[in-house]
Amino acid sequence: MVEFTINGKKVEAEKDEAILDVAMREGFDIPTLCYHDTLGSDGRCRLCVVEVRKGNRKRIVTSCLYPVENGIEVLTESPDVLLVRKTVLELLLARCPDSEVIRYIAKEHGVSNTRYAKDNDKGKCILCNLCVKTCEFNVGVTALGMSGKGPAKKVTTPYGEPSRVCIGCGACVAICPTGHIYMEDRDGVRMIWNKRFELARCPKCNRYHAPVEQLEFIAGKSGTPIEELLICPDCK
Amino acid sequence: MIASIEQLDGMAAEYKQKTGAYSKIVKICCGTGCISSGALRVYEKLNEAIAAERLTDKVLVKKTGCHGLCERGPIIVFGDDEILYQTVGKRNLDDDIRLLLKTVKDGTVVENLLYKGEDKTKRHVSPRDIPFYAGQTRVVLALNGVLDPEDIGEYISFGGYRAVHKALQMDPVQIIEWIQKSGLRGRGGGGFLTGTKWRSCRDASGEPRYVIANGDEGDPGAFMDRSLMEGNPHAVIEGMIIGGYAIGSNHGFIYVRDEYPLAVHRLSIAIEKAKEQGLLGANIFNSGFGFDIKIYRGGGAFVCGESTALMSSIEGKTGEPRAKYIHTVEKGLWDKPSNLNNVETWACVPHIINRGWEWFDSIGTPQSKGTKVFSLVGKVKNTGLVEVPMGITLNEIIFKLGGGIQGDKRFKAVQTGGPSGGCIPGEYLDMPVDFDSLTKLGSMMGSGGMIVMDERDCMVDVARYFLKFLVDESCGKCTPCREGVRRMFEIVDNICKGNGLKGDVEHLEELARAIQLGSLCALGQSAPNPVLSTIKYFRDEYNIHIEQKRCPAGVCKALTTFTIDPEKCTGCMRCAPECPVACISGEKKKVHTIDRSKCIKCGTCYDVCRFGAVKYE
Repeated sequence: MVEFTINGKKVEAEKDEAILDVAMREGFDIPTLCYHDTLGSDGRCRLCVVEVRKGNRKRIVTSCLYPVENGIEVLTESPDVLLVRKTVLELLLARCPDSEVIRYIAKEHGVSNTRYAKDNDKGKCILCNLCVKTCEFNVGVTALGMSGKGPAKKVTTPYGEPSRVCIGCGACVAICPTGHIYMEDRDGVRMIWNKRFELARCPKCNRYHAPVEQLEFIAGKSGTPIEELLICPDCK
Repeated sequence: MIASIEQLDGMAAEYKQKTGAYSKIVKICCGTGCISSGALRVYEKLNEAIAAERLTDKVLVKKTGCHGLCERGPIIVFGDDEILYQTVGKRNLDDDIRLLLKTVKDGTVVENLLYKGEDKTKRHVSPRDIPFYAGQTRVVLALNGVLDPEDIGEYISFGGYRAVHKALQMDPVQIIEWIQKSGLRGRGGGGFLTGTKWRSCRDASGEPRYVIANGDEGDPGAFMDRSLMEGNPHAVIEGMIIGGYAIGSNHGFIYVRDEYPLAVHRLSIAIEKAKEQGLLGANIFNSGFGFDIKIYRGGGAFVCGESTALMSSIEGKTGEPRAKYIHTVEKGLWDKPSNLNNVETWACVPHIINRGWEWFDSIGTPQSKGTKVFSLVGKVKNTGLVEVPMGITLNEIIFKLGGGIQGDKRFKAVQTGGPSGGCIPGEYLDMPVDFDSLTKLGSMMGSGGMIVMDERDCMVDVARYFLKFLVDESCGKCTPCREGVRRMFEIVDNICKGNGLKGDVEHLEELARAIQLGSLCALGQSAPNPVLSTIKYFRDEYNIHIEQKRCPAGVCKALTTFTIDPEKCTGCMRCAPECPVACISGEKKKVHTIDRSKCIKCGTCYDVCRFGAVKYE
């Protein structure tokens, strides 16, 4: 058992736990955009930074990654923490001016405007990497990845072409914190990542409910007969 | 196969006898710099000429690694530092070959090819007399211009691989103690104590362990590691074998950027030859210890010089750093204990084992031991590689070894530590060059890049240049670095274009602090340094750009106008032909004028005018 304080409050944690997990459990409000409990932490968005004091030393760390230690003092809203957090939000406001989520979090932190020129080519993507990770680890197909570096970095399918392995499941859409990824179902067809998917029709209610490729993928993985999977969740 | 010290000595003796049979040895620098100046043609032509004179048995012409004085390449040295010829073949290759042949035949010293001293009249025969070399203490570079890097026998004949043999007789823990006591600190930038790192890696749990040489040198203007890998690859390999034995690792990686094809080529040959001789592989010197090295070629991303990004790249993943709350010595490559050191750090190791830690500890300052290689570039007369003891002053490096500023212009600043470093102004030229002093000045040692700037360099433009580099080289993983550095660039770029606003400098300082505190890796954390150090020492220059819309150095094009002073112009016709856009008109002995509508503000006319008639404002 590890003992330390968060904003002066004594807390206990298991060895190897990250500060963020303990803080959330204890009711402290630390904003995050790239953290997800099924996919772990990368430390990309830098919103969850906190100040850790150890004796005379203090440093800013990402709470989603920093393992708890005995005797440390964690401050979730020190002046340095707020400087980093507000700067990150102001920078993201300029990158994704149309993102309601960013605007909301920024406003909550007293950032209602950005001094920087607004981008018009980044959409709502903040490069949190959750779509890439959920595709690889939760779905198991790795249709997405990052290309480029620096400001030109972006999420894409290989060479920006329709991915051979994408099953059109939409897990990336569901996990995206800002609603950046475009997916549309119309007339029995789903469009996502520039790929066209035929939607399967439920034999009972006759509604379109999932891409055929996704059902085939599940059938292959689980051994469940495709006929069973064709029945939509509502009719099961 | 070499399995004993006797066999190693035997091979050394054999080589010494072989080279001793030649009456003359000619060493041609075939580092990247000299090769691009035409060294390989000189090598071929000289060999042809020697064959034609039937002197092949008597004269040995060797391709060596970088001699350091890149400004004056191609460099040729006769014998044991007897004669140094410079810029050979630059005027007329055939003529120079004939001159070289004279020296080869009867030792005649050719005046025309000698290095000219400061006063232009004194010509130096031996490199030992040239201030550039005389002021150096060459340890890791000692054999760079001496041996043929593609011949393992040569390295062995100069005592190579004896340190491996000696180390294998020692207890691994004792080796680590030696490295700790020597005071060796990492040459890659961080300056962390090498021995302490080795001990942590040895003590970490997990198998296998890895040792890695970081040869991803990416700072603009830096070529220390490249010259070492090209000029003396076995020294790096030898250091890594010793490190592997001390740490308990049998697997080594050398990470080299693919833009260094010659380094990759020579390292590959060196590894292959070491394997052939049994100096790499299983059971080295019959000790029971085995060690293998693989080369990993990097794609050239600057961020891959960061240890965790480098390891990610070796693993086949995107070169992105990760947080180091758990150190790489515990969980590094494939989450196994991994010890990464810079190429130059590894090359120091055999010397410490051979000569003892006390020797290394005796060089340098109390906190920075040994020597350090710097690549001295920019507006300095003698650009090239210098190796100096830690603690030498910037003054000595720039004015003694470097020969001062080109065209005897006024020194303005020296940029150390690459894009993560900073600019140091003239008042600190007497500061000793060591890890801690440079950090105190707001710069850093870094891997050893040193860019000298004169009065014609604009410090805002310099900051702009480094920011542009860092915008492009940020991996893009974390928000402060990816988004923040490009916004810093936008602000500084605007200042250079004459669109700076009051408050921009304070805004830069605030944003810089947030980036330093909030970025994930050392690249982001140090990215604001070039801006912060230029603001610290040259704040006025920023203010003049912003308030008066003027660039005092005449560099920022939007803020500079070149004119010719009719009082001073003699109509010498020097500037007009040099103008790249032909916008200067005027007759001989009559006042010239610049057509401002065509002028691209390159400053060439200013630089060539001998009467101070060209002015900028």
